[in-house]
Amino acid sequence: MPWSRRMLVDIRKWMTAEEYNEAFALCQFLPGPNIINLSIVFGARVRGAAGATAAVVALVAPPTVLMIVIGVIYAHYGDAEALQRILAGVSAAVAGLILGMFGMMLKPLLRGNWLRPVAIVAIVVVAIAIFRIPMIWTLAVMCPVSIAFVWHALGRAGEVQNLKKPGLERGPDPDQGGAS
Amino acid sequence: MNVSAGLLLTLAIQFGMLSFLAIGGGISAVPEMHRQAVEVQHWMTDRQFADLFTISQAAPGPNFLLVTLVGYFTAGISGALVATLAMCGPSCFIAYFVAKAWDRFKGARWREAIQSGMVPVSIGLIGSVAFILARTADTSAVAIGLTLATAYMTLMTKVSPLWLFAVAGILGFAGWV
Repeated sequence: MPWSRRMLVDIRKWMTAEEYNEAFALCQFLPGPNIINLSIVFGARVRGAAGATAAVVALVAPPTVLMIVIGVIYAHYGDAEALQRILAGVSAAVAGLILGMFGMMLKPLLRGNWLRPVAIVAIVVVAIAIFRIPMIWTLAVMCPVSIAFVWHALGRAGEVQNLKKPGLERGPDPDQGGAS
Repeated sequence: MNVSAGLLLTLAIQFGMLSFLAIGGGISAVPEMHRQAVEVQHWMTDRQFADLFTISQAAPGPNFLLVTLVGYFTAGISGALVATLAMCGPSCFIAYFVAKAWDRFKGARWREAIQSGMVPVSIGLIGSVAFILARTADTSAVAIGLTLATAYMTLMTKVSPLWLFAVAGILGFAGWV
């Protein structure tokens, strides 16, 4: 993801930083891989449906081939003892990377009115990781609740400030969000 | 590998559904992918899923391509292609049409509410990925230490995770994990 920013904004100047942030915020909540969504949004803006298709195919095809090659290797040698030992070490580090990403994304939520969003995060983790409730049911309950909380907070903020300035909470910083 | 059409259909349906549910990025779908592949369909063991996830994170390319690996492991090359297409297809359509409409509602309260409201849910999903993976990977004190050290380095420094993976791989190869 940080790479896409460097390419689109800094090197090729196909998008301004503001356009990128706007597109990134949109992709952040759309379903599906962020990087794919970003290429759709960008491709569609430049050349419509054809641009979007070209952007996605160019992005996905080469690494898919690479993954299949890796898959073949794993299917043959996955049980090899040395590979298992290496993977055991790297798995532990990858778990740490995801944990660190989680912490990084949590940080902006801790500012201001943190109780409700943090409660949502905690309930989702318990439901999905511990009780293994199917994702569709968890989302069906937690998304509306979370959206209602923000809706409510936006309404109150509007009354207090007598302004209709949204943007109480922001998504994770596009420079930091590691999930792509 | 001889693959039944039924298996490919199951893959297409499961990953097609995940494509709609993966709010906030491909990684959000990982807990459900794990639940399906390991606990419901028994396509692979916990360890194998953790291996594939680890490989997808360490390899170059967008890391949602875990779906390609899971598809390949389950049903060979056709499985890899079906899973990848199913994961990208539906969300691509949504992205295409929503992107066109979205700009029109800039500043609307409901738009802001949806956009911000999804954030804590997707963060919870990423926390779940960390929890599920750590439960499989952290079987020794050294492994727990590696997880915590990597989390600390990710949070507090700008060191590339690839260096940390390399160190962890060496420790693993040496048999210390």
